[in-house]
Amino acid sequence: MKTETAQTQQGVMSQLGQRMAKGSFWANKLKSWLWIFVRSVLICGISFIILYPILIKVMIAVKDPIDMYDATVVWIPKHFTLDNFALVSKALNYPKILLNTVLLSGLVMLLQTFSCVLAGYGFSRIKFRGSGLLFGCVIFTILVPPQTIMIPTYLQYKNFDVLGLISLIQGQPSNLINSYWPFIISSMLGMGLKTGLFVYIFRQFFRGIPKEMEEAALVDGSGTFGTFIRIILPNAIPSVVTVMLFSFVWQWNDSFFTSMILNDAKVMSSMLSTAGAQILFFLDTPGASSKPDPLYLSMIQNTAVLMAILPLIIMYLFVQRHFVESMERSGVVG
Amino acid sequence: MKLPKFGLTLHQKQKYKGVWFILPWFAGFIFLFLIPLINSLRYSFSTLKVDETGFSIYNAGWSNYKNALFQNEHYVRTLTESLLNMVINVPLIVIFSLFAAVLLNQKFKGRGLARAIFFLPVILASGIIASIESGDYMQSVIKNASSSTSGEFAMFQNLQLAKLLYQSGVNHYIVEYLVGAVNRIYQIVTASGVQILIFVAGLQSISGSLYEASKIEGATAYESFWKITFPMISPLILTNVLYSIIDNLLTSPTTRQIRDTAFKNFQFGLSASMAWIYFIIISIFLWLVAVLISRKVFYYD
Repeated sequence: MKTETAQTQQGVMSQLGQRMAKGSFWANKLKSWLWIFVRSVLICGISFIILYPILIKVMIAVKDPIDMYDATVVWIPKHFTLDNFALVSKALNYPKILLNTVLLSGLVMLLQTFSCVLAGYGFSRIKFRGSGLLFGCVIFTILVPPQTIMIPTYLQYKNFDVLGLISLIQGQPSNLINSYWPFIISSMLGMGLKTGLFVYIFRQFFRGIPKEMEEAALVDGSGTFGTFIRIILPNAIPSVVTVMLFSFVWQWNDSFFTSMILNDAKVMSSMLSTAGAQILFFLDTPGASSKPDPLYLSMIQNTAVLMAILPLIIMYLFVQRHFVESMERSGVVG
Repeated sequence: MKLPKFGLTLHQKQKYKGVWFILPWFAGFIFLFLIPLINSLRYSFSTLKVDETGFSIYNAGWSNYKNALFQNEHYVRTLTESLLNMVINVPLIVIFSLFAAVLLNQKFKGRGLARAIFFLPVILASGIIASIESGDYMQSVIKNASSSTSGEFAMFQNLQLAKLLYQSGVNHYIVEYLVGAVNRIYQIVTASGVQILIFVAGLQSISGSLYEASKIEGATAYESFWKITFPMISPLILTNVLYSIIDNLLTSPTTRQIRDTAFKNFQFGLSASMAWIYFIIISIFLWLVAVLISRKVFYYD
């Protein structure tokens, strides 16, 4: 028994030796090592390109103003400080803006996901003359640039009225500009930012869920909406997660609608566009004749940008693992 | 008494019950999309005067369109610039994201980290951050300092690359394109987050048995990419091309100009006509691209 195993072992060893003696073995080995090397270089390089702006901002943000004119300091500062963060937080009223942004993005995310889930499910189930045309409308909303309907939308919210009801009660249409209502209304009705895409994702996903499941629930005495809540939604969690992520992030980053509707800087993205002027105003002490140093100003502005995206990055660290998985199962690719 | 049987069968009911789910979306479509769209078309043919009580509309015929196309000194130039940018960038974005997705789909150490970094642009790609970045004082100081310490080596390398390509007899325009692409690598990488995500998800859904079978038949990695991966992923190439075009155009200079015309110069009619010209050109372009690519697309099912 023992000798047998020893023999087979010997056989394996000699085979390996024969293989190693061949040139093609080493050529293959070399080729695969070369590929691994090239791949690593590429991945590191591209990662660096992506991370570079964030790194540069972090380095600027933790730099003490003393280091600004030190020629030996390029990347890593000699004096670390968190004063810049404190200053931005005071000058821009950061905690309040953060709260506003989180609330707005969260609310929009929930409403948008809900209305799009409903619409997506509906589109996956209807089948009558003209239903294809109706879904064509969804695609149409994706294709039309928001700039095309920008002015009428603005005027509509400025003189907001539902079938003349509000002017009947108030005597005049209400002005919704500078409030959160336009966001709430548009996301509730599934017409917010890029919602056509979300409806499309959900419809693709629900088409993959067999109808027999609903029929079984129906036979067991569940109503249409009960089936939807208890059977369909729990199955749709991967795509719901994807849509929620995108909805939250895009609302957070959106400057087009927020700058159009919210005139005062109330949320993160509209804050960034006015950050420079606001910081200048904050630093401008009355009585002082000299203007603030532009280099210092730029440093503070960099800190502001970093602080605006920092919550997103932190959130991303927790959810990025689900990104690929949910995208794969959300039906976009199938 | 037996009620007369009227109504629908289960399947017929199911066909129509979906309508209830669509209703909120449909209301939004009518009130927040279709009516503004028609209004916008109407505004583009008229002059708007906004005052405290509301606004009044005067018919202006085609004058807004004439103004945008023949009188406005910026519009046509910005429009061609936006379109040209798009035509140059979109192929690069799609090729780069396919390449990155193939890289990220292989097994190696630290793949999770690499993926996390590559998808970061999904979150950070926003117009406002980029626009602040480009004109920033402090960052340019640092960049200058870094490039002076490393001896302008980025520029130097590009020249080398161009020289190498010229000498190997590559067409002049292709060399220019490639060198330009290398210079704009940051722009391309940050614009391709979602595309990489879609491609990676698509690559993972290709069944491994196809590759196994081809390997047994003696196909090399290169062959199996062009014979398996590429056809299987071609529907997603179409999706990604269309997505990139739309995404690219949302942040183009033209959209900025349309907005400024409306909210800085208060020429609502002119802005609406600009937006319509833009929309029509985009639709024609999208349609052309979709028709051309979908001929080559391979559907597995």
